[in-house]
Amino acid sequence: MMLAGWGRYPALDCRLERLRRREDLSGLLHRGTTLIARGNGRSYGDAALNPELTLSMLAMDRMRAFDAGTGRLDCEAGVLLADLLETFAPRGWFPPVVPGTRLVTVGGMIAADVHGKNHHRDGTFGAHVESLTLAGADGAIRECSRAENADLFRATLGGMGLTGVILSARFRLRPVETAFVMAETLVARDLDETMALFEASRDWPHSVAWLDCLARGAGLGRAVMTRGAFMERGALPPGLASNPLRLAPAGKLRVPADAPSALLNRVSIGLFNALCYRRGRARARAGARPVHFDRFFFPLDRIEAWNRLYGRRGFVQYQCVLPKGESEAGVAALLERVAASGQGSFLAVLKLFGPAGEGLMSFPMEGYTLALDFPVRSGTAALLDGLDDITHRHGGRVYLAKDARCAPERVREGYPRLGAFEAVRAEAAGALPRFASALSQRLAL
Amino acid sequence: MNGGVETALVIGATSDIGRAIAHALAEDGCALQLAARDPARLERETRDLRVRTGVAVTAHRCDVLDEDGGVSLLDTLDPLPDVAVCVVGRLGDQAESQRDIVAAERVMRTNYVGPALLMGALAERFERRGGGVLVGVSSVAGERGRASNYVYGSAKAGFTAFLSGLRSRLAASGAHVVTVKPGFVRTRMTDGMDLPARLTATPEEVAAAVVAAIHRPRDVIYVRRVWRPIMFVLRAVPERVFKRMSRL
Repeated sequence: MMLAGWGRYPALDCRLERLRRREDLSGLLHRGTTLIARGNGRSYGDAALNPELTLSMLAMDRMRAFDAGTGRLDCEAGVLLADLLETFAPRGWFPPVVPGTRLVTVGGMIAADVHGKNHHRDGTFGAHVESLTLAGADGAIRECSRAENADLFRATLGGMGLTGVILSARFRLRPVETAFVMAETLVARDLDETMALFEASRDWPHSVAWLDCLARGAGLGRAVMTRGAFMERGALPPGLASNPLRLAPAGKLRVPADAPSALLNRVSIGLFNALCYRRGRARARAGARPVHFDRFFFPLDRIEAWNRLYGRRGFVQYQCVLPKGESEAGVAALLERVAASGQGSFLAVLKLFGPAGEGLMSFPMEGYTLALDFPVRSGTAALLDGLDDITHRHGGRVYLAKDARCAPERVREGYPRLGAFEAVRAEAAGALPRFASALSQRLAL
Repeated sequence: MNGGVETALVIGATSDIGRAIAHALAEDGCALQLAARDPARLERETRDLRVRTGVAVTAHRCDVLDEDGGVSLLDTLDPLPDVAVCVVGRLGDQAESQRDIVAAERVMRTNYVGPALLMGALAERFERRGGGVLVGVSSVAGERGRASNYVYGSAKAGFTAFLSGLRSRLAASGAHVVTVKPGFVRTRMTDGMDLPARLTATPEEVAAAVVAAIHRPRDVIYVRRVWRPIMFVLRAVPERVFKRMSRL
C-alpha cells in the first residue's frame, strides 16, 4: 500500500504488516527481506518506509510494569505518548521529555532520540531511557542499557530503527503537581535579541521561539518566545485548583481534505506570520499565565491532519542544528536565504540545545536548531540544497527524522560518529544490513 | 458508578474484542478476572490492565477445548463474578473445515460446545445466587447458514439458540443473559480481509455496546444498528433463492 511519513513526501508502495507479538518476529525475519519498524508515522520523510517490509508496531502497545514509588515505567514500543499521558498525567506523572506531538510511539521517540523544549536542561528522550529490548537480525532479543550491550544501546538511541526492532523500553516518569505550565511570552525584535532571550532563559525548564521568517533587514530573526515551567499546586489560581491534574478537553479541529496548494503563498504566509507576531506582542504584555500542558507542548495536535494544509504534494520540513559559535551567523544566513527565495515557511521554530548526548546518531548538539516547513514545489529542492550548503559551511547537520531529500555526503559530514554507528550496526546485523529504510538506502547508510 | 458491578469475568480476554471489553469494564472501576488459553499472552494483558487502570486483575487459564470444557475455571474464581462475558471463538477456514473433520470439529467445539457449557455452568451459579449478567458474544453468521462460512455459522447458531434458551430459563431468577452479534469487527480474526467500512465496527465499539447492555440489560444486541435490517432481510429470503446466492 502507498505509505508516507507525516510530510506525505515521498509516498512509496510498501508491504505493511502489523507485529502483534514478539514471537511472530522471527518468522518475519526469516523471509530474508530487509525491513524497518514503523511507529505512528510521525517522522516527516522516508525514515519509516521500506517497500519490502514495513513493520507497524502499533499493536505492540502493552504496558508492562509501573513503579509508583519511583515513576519507572516498562512498556512496549508501540505505546503512544498520548496513551501514556492519558494514563499517567492524572496520577501526577509526566514523561521527562516530550516532542511537539503526542501522537508518537515510545519506540519512535527512541529511534529518533527526540528532544523537547527542555533539551537545554534535560537532554533527549534517550537520556532518560534506562534500558530497552531490541530484536536483532538473528532473531535474538537483547536487553540493552548503559551496562549491557552498551554500544548497541548508544547506536539505537537516534539510530532510526537501523539497529533492529525496539520491542520495549524502561524509563522514569517525573512527578508533577499539576497539569499546568506557567507560560510566559516574550517578543524579540531581531536575531540578537532572540538569542539573548534564550541565554537569559537558561533556568527555565522549557523554552522555544517562533520566528517570523519573512522579516528581513533590521527585523531579521524577530521572534515570539515562549518559556514555561510546570506549576506547583499552591500556585494555581482558584478556578484550576479544584482539579489540578485534569486532562485537557478533547475537542479539536480537523483539516477535512487536501488544501489547494495555492493556499500557502507569499501573501497568506506573510499575513499569518504578521498575525502571530502581533498576537505574541499582546501576550507578552499580558504577562505569565497558566497553560495546560497539552496546549503548551502540543499546540498542533489540536488540528487533526494539519499536514493536509500543504496540499496533495506534501511538504518537507527542514530542521538543522548549528554549533553554538556558528549559530548567529548561520541562522542569519539561513533566514536570509529563505526570505530571498520568497518561499516563506509557514512555521519557523528556533530552540537552543544543550550539549549532545550519548546517541551515536542523535541529532542535537550544543547550539541553535532551526525548523522550517516548505510545501513541495518546483524550486523547493534547490532552496533546500542551498540551506544544506549553509548548514554544512557552519558545521551543522540536519535531523534525520525530518529529512526526505538530503544528500549522503552531507549526512556523513554532519554526523562524525557515523563510523562508530556503522561498525556497531554491522556487528549486530552480520554482513547483510537487514534493518533498512528508504532513508538509509537513500543516504547509503 | 458501575451499577453494582464489582467484579467481571472475561473469557477469551486475549482476543482483540475481549481486551477492549476488559478495558471498558476497568474504566468503570470493575475488578477483573481474565481467562484465556495461552498463559504468556494472558500475562501480557493482565499486566497492561493493571498498569493502565489500577484495578485488581487476576489471571485464569482456561481452554474450552480441554476435556472438561474449561469449566474447572469456575472453581478458581473468588469471588463469583457479577458479570461474565464470553468472547471465545474461532473463525477457522471454511475450505479446511469442509475437508478436514478435525478442523471442523475444532471450530464447532470452540464456538459452540465450549462456550455453551461454560455459560451453562456459570448460569447454575448465577441462578443459585439469584443475580448476575451473562454476556455471550455470538455472531450474525449464526442467523443463517451460508456457503462461505456455515461450519462457523452453524456453531454460532447453536450458541445463539443456547443463550436464548438460557435467558428464558433464568428470566425469573434475577440473572440476565445478553446475546451480542457484533457483525464485522476489525480484529486479528479479520486481518487482511476487505471489509465494508459502514458495516465494520472496532473492538472498542463492541466493548462500549457490551458495557451499555450490562448496565441497562438488553436481550440481543447488534453493535452497529445497520445489521438489524440486513439480517432481517437475509433471514426472510426463501431458501430456494438463498441457496443460489452461493458467494454470500
